[in-house]
Amino acid sequence: MTQKVIIAGFGGQGVILAGKLLAYTGMVEGKNVSHIPSYGVEMRGGTANCAVIISDQEIASPLVVHPTSLIVLNKPSLLKFEDSVTPSGRILVNESLIDREVKRKDVVVLYVPANKIAEEAGNGRSSNMVMIGAWLAVTGLFSQKTIKESLPRVVSKRNLRYNEINERAIDMGYEYAKNAG
Amino acid sequence: MKAVYERPRTLRDTPMHYCPGCGHSIIHKLLSQSIDELGIRERTIVVAPVGCSVLIYNYLDCDGSEAAHGRAQAVATGLKRARPECVVVSYQGDGDLAAIGTAETIHAANRGEKFSVIFVNNAIYGMTGGQMAPTTLAGQPTKTTPFGRDPKEIGPPLRMCELLSGLEAPAYIERVSVHDVKNVLRTKKAIKKALKNQIEGAGYSFVEVLSMCPTNWGMTTRQASSWIEENMIPYYPLGVYKDRGKERNAK
Amino acid sequence: MGEKVLMRGNEALCESAIIAGCRFYFGYPITPQNEVPAYMARRLPEVNGCFLQAESELSAINMVWGASVAGKRVMTSSSSPGISLMQEGISYLAGAELPAVIVNIMRGGPGLGSIGPSQSDYFQATRGGGHGDYRTIVLAPQSVQEIADIMIDAFDLADIYRNPVVVLGDGVIGQMTEPLVLPKPSTRTLPRNDWVLDGASGRDARVVMSLRLSPPGALETHNLHLKEKFCEMERNEVRYEEYELSDAQLVIVAFGTAARVARTCMQKARGLGMKVGLLRPVTLWPFCADALGALAEQRRVKAFLTVEMNLGQMLEDVRLAVLGRKDIFFYGRTGGSVPDEDELFGKITEVFS
Repeated sequence: MTQKVIIAGFGGQGVILAGKLLAYTGMVEGKNVSHIPSYGVEMRGGTANCAVIISDQEIASPLVVHPTSLIVLNKPSLLKFEDSVTPSGRILVNESLIDREVKRKDVVVLYVPANKIAEEAGNGRSSNMVMIGAWLAVTGLFSQKTIKESLPRVVSKRNLRYNEINERAIDMGYEYAKNAG
Repeated sequence: MKAVYERPRTLRDTPMHYCPGCGHSIIHKLLSQSIDELGIRERTIVVAPVGCSVLIYNYLDCDGSEAAHGRAQAVATGLKRARPECVVVSYQGDGDLAAIGTAETIHAANRGEKFSVIFVNNAIYGMTGGQMAPTTLAGQPTKTTPFGRDPKEIGPPLRMCELLSGLEAPAYIERVSVHDVKNVLRTKKAIKKALKNQIEGAGYSFVEVLSMCPTNWGMTTRQASSWIEENMIPYYPLGVYKDRGKERNAK
Repeated sequence: MGEKVLMRGNEALCESAIIAGCRFYFGYPITPQNEVPAYMARRLPEVNGCFLQAESELSAINMVWGASVAGKRVMTSSSSPGISLMQEGISYLAGAELPAVIVNIMRGGPGLGSIGPSQSDYFQATRGGGHGDYRTIVLAPQSVQEIADIMIDAFDLADIYRNPVVVLGDGVIGQMTEPLVLPKPSTRTLPRNDWVLDGASGRDARVVMSLRLSPPGALETHNLHLKEKFCEMERNEVRYEEYELSDAQLVIVAFGTAARVARTCMQKARGLGMKVGLLRPVTLWPFCADALGALAEQRRVKAFLTVEMNLGQMLEDVRLAVLGRKDIFFYGRTGGSVPDEDELFGKITEVFS
């Protein structure tokens, strides 16, 4: 098993954190993992993405050229990465902010109204966690329990107060994907 | 018979390379006397600059470190922070301290680094053969200002004491001179005070010493002393520019 | 074995430096290594160390001199343009035989270049970098675990040879997060510090300098002494790793992140029956020329392929080692771009056909 995931969106949407959560959970589950954030001149509001690999094998290249999963939180990210996804890979689209359909026919697509679900969970900024929940549901790679246990280990102290909302967002994203599937 | 004068313990009994009439040898002696009187030879580390006094560590019988040109106060910063129990002295000329090392000087002063700086200002580059220094006076001819320094083209000479005394952190800033006996004695007092400040943990102490360079000024030693009196002191007034200890006592 | 933790390369190297006993850090912010000063600023005070943000890289490297001459374990870090500014200081450290660890998390150049990951400071690092006749040991990690392990070694090597040691990572190594087990402190016996400046109490005064004016020939004598050390490093400190070399017909030579991409391509090529191996230099200087020379002697080895994140710098060392005995191909990306798996695989296929 090797999962190569690219998570992309605006800076501030928490894509780097979402990637770190996957990597940390993978480590706890005994997998080999790597996580590379894009590091640009942009801070809040710019584009951001990260590449995560979770594998049973030793990870040679940590760079992800052809992701098995692409999680996009905004439109520019979909335009940028759509073509790179490996055939029969998955694309998870945040439909709250992306008004364009995936053109590829050889991939599995799931549209998630992540911002809307996050609002319902208690904070629109948890859209990253909704997407992680949805990704869990479609890949079945980790349990909701381990990922929720990993959450406080990767968020900054200052953001620990959102833990409950984030957990709820993960659950709701998971449920949404299960029902949509 | 009672000895009335002896070579200071810290000053090595070795011939110096300095030209006749150069101020460095006097300042080395004053520094050595101050170190002796404070009993700190065995914990003093002198940081040598690049310039005429590059070999100061050969003349003082205490630990010494080289520093790249202009970087003496960066070296002194690392040294003092690593060895707070030692007395660290950065001994620098005008090119080293006020041209290539201006940033290091200002930032060490602004951090209030707890070492002592002796700044020898002779208004010229000696080691390289008489080029313009940042402190070369207006109109003063040098190898690289053959028609005299033109402040309209290259700015007026830098006054380091005035510049640094605008900073909050330094503990003590004074300008002195070694062109005559009376001023040599005052210089001794200032250097000793800068060291004492450090021993007491008072913070950054800076002593600018106006000094003669007869060779590169193209003068006799006597003329060089008068030149300081007549030309340098009017532009570089002597005196205490900052003394936090005194300010504290006054309050 | 200790507990696995997930850390960024830039942070892991700091924690490892602290384990190695480094208590002094002087540096100046520059992307992509900003996590290093940030980590040290928070962490060093907890272990009674000293972090200081210098006014420039020039100052930083000379503050390093100050703490080093005081006999303390000290490091700085920067990225390519900042490392260029430090070269004068590194030359002085080598001349004065002062230990220090300098971490370069490389970005694209020349000039201000880009902030993307790069390996384009290979020449600078492996040829000394500053003025004068000297070398520095250059260690090139490929993972977060390895950069942590290398830091322990780097401080020891700096002390053993009394010479600056360069840890040369690229932006990916610095920014990447991977699990690692933090290394244990070294148990090596180190030489006595009988040169340290701490005040001439009960001993003769000491001077540490690189200036050697007299007697005539003093600098030549000193430089020949330095050369002895460099020869010793060449004899004792060459480190490299071999992957699938026993039957390899094509030998890829790559270090750092480029080596990891190369390994992926090697595995893919092997899956298709191409006998590809990889030699990964860990020390870029001293270089594993003997190992490469021995491979060049083997009849089954048909060619070498050097892979770098630059326009061909280590390539020159590979050429010097192979000495025309076999063909040498090159694949590189420059300006802050990383090697592309597809492109590299294409190159391997091309070389094989």
